[in-house]
Amino acid sequence: MAMTASEIEDLIIKAFPNAKVIIDDLRGDGDHYAAQIIAEEFRGKTRVQQHQMVYNAMGGRMGNELHALALNTSAPEK
Amino acid sequence: MEQSTKDKIQDIINENDVLLFMKGTPVMPQCGFSAAVVGVLSHMGIEYNSVNVLEDPEIREGIKEFSDWPTIPQLYVKKEFVGGCDIIREMHESGELTQYFNDAGIST
Repeated sequence: MAMTASEIEDLIIKAFPNAKVIIDDLRGDGDHYAAQIIAEEFRGKTRVQQHQMVYNAMGGRMGNELHALALNTSAPEK
Repeated sequence: MEQSTKDKIQDIINENDVLLFMKGTPVMPQCGFSAAVVGVLSHMGIEYNSVNVLEDPEIREGIKEFSDWPTIPQLYVKKEFVGGCDIIREMHESGELTQYFNDAGIST
């Protein structure tokens, strides 16, 4: 099972409509990606909370279809 | 998750100041992400215990529900979930992890 970068991006944009998203395919196997996400929804949240929000946006695919999604999350600079 | 599994997880978290749920053991990590966190902890000279989730399928799935975190490894410090591989790496690189341990009364 695997996912494409655009599938991941769509899921993230659906959960964070105005986010800036950059997806890196780490290994080209559809299983290991890194994502940099800048979204207003992250403001005031801890890093763990921000990543949990993203994993929830993946709708249970994390650890199943998607083995690894290295995350770098932040709120937009003011 | 079965209550017995939840209790098992809570007990082992309570009994250890620093606990790493990982795939494999510190000497023989079975996954790159687990190995990365082992590397950070040994680089900082942190004393910790680990749980090899590959040896206990109930804990392997239960810890994900327990922490609301879908992947392994998972680091706990003084019963608090600190994060997975990229958070630990990011905190280590920024020096935040040393501060976190010191604030928790763990010598580095």
